[in-house]
Amino acid sequence: MNTLIKLFISFLQVGLFSVGGGYAAIPLIQNQIVNVWHLMTMEEFADLITIAEMTPGPISINSATFVGMRLMGIPGALLCTFGCILMPFIICLTLAFFYYKYRNFSGVQTVLGCLRPAVVSLISCAGLSILTLAVFRDDTVNFALSNLKWVEIGLFAVCLFLLRKFKVGAIKIILGSGVVGTLIYFLVPGLV
Amino acid sequence: MEKENKKQLDAKLLGQLFATMFSLSACTFGGGFVIVSLMKKKVVEERHWLEEDEMLDITAIAQSSPGPIPVNASVILGYRLQGILGSLVAVGGTILPPMILLSLIALFYDWFRQNSIVNTALTVMRAGVAAVICDVVINLAKNVLGTKKPLYIILMIVTFILGYFLDVSAMYIILGCLATGILCVVLEQLKKRRISQ
Repeated sequence: MNTLIKLFISFLQVGLFSVGGGYAAIPLIQNQIVNVWHLMTMEEFADLITIAEMTPGPISINSATFVGMRLMGIPGALLCTFGCILMPFIICLTLAFFYYKYRNFSGVQTVLGCLRPAVVSLISCAGLSILTLAVFRDDTVNFALSNLKWVEIGLFAVCLFLLRKFKVGAIKIILGSGVVGTLIYFLVPGLV
Repeated sequence: MEKENKKQLDAKLLGQLFATMFSLSACTFGGGFVIVSLMKKKVVEERHWLEEDEMLDITAIAQSSPGPIPVNASVILGYRLQGILGSLVAVGGTILPPMILLSLIALFYDWFRQNSIVNTALTVMRAGVAAVICDVVINLAKNVLGTKKPLYIILMIVTFILGYFLDVSAMYIILGCLATGILCVVLEQLKKRRISQ
């Protein structure tokens, strides 16, 4: 079978079955690309995940573009990404239609009311895991002095202060922390 | 009146929608909830396109349907603002930055892996991302506490313990709360019926 078709079918399945976002898609992509179609080796796949995680954007989109580009160039990248979002797009559009049609019913309001606190907790869990990665050297919650990244802790505190006090925009904060942090690491020797 | 306004195609709004999703997607690292909390900050607090409750509902829907959460959330946001065309524009904005970036990285893979400036920048940026999420969580948690409904507060605490300490997957947490909500509706209906009898 044509590699382009294989890739499209693979990522169509990845898109359709990766319920639960980013990390849920990794084993699915591995199964399709490495085990079923033998399009990549396990080593290449590990590199792919590292790159997909450290670059902006959803992991499955990143993987789709990267795999498509490495294997078949630009047509591959376009086709994989399209395959990956086709089914989610249709399903979400349908759900959005029903949500806006029925969301004012009192029963629906009660159910949604119970979902909202859960979403708040899930966002805070994601925040805590990023914070852990950001401020602890060995990526685990260990408050030994040698395990703390002081530059990142300082950046975090300053950013949070700017956000709470002056309502600075999110994008400015993130790009700013990247620029300031990189400058500190390269201008002050012995930090790394 | 409001509905009519919504139906009208607004090229300026579409442009803003595209620019917002593009910049969010270009600057967010990590999983789906990271981009959603940034989206909440941008769309609810900075642009005032949605109510906070609506954004949380959209997040829950995006989380429970298949596919990448940021893509799902932009489909719903786009639909809310400008119908199906809005969905297409929002999704385009969300997927273009990673597509362009990853295509370039795939081409210059070896150089990218060894570049220490790129590595450092990507690592320190996490501190900024964590601060933004922390800010969003403080606002959201305040509002849940502000409802003064014990059920919501208990749900928030329990789901946090399940998610953070016990590593229960987000999908089961959402499904559990969905079940709790449906149970509440059934109980309410039974109560009403008993009163009317």
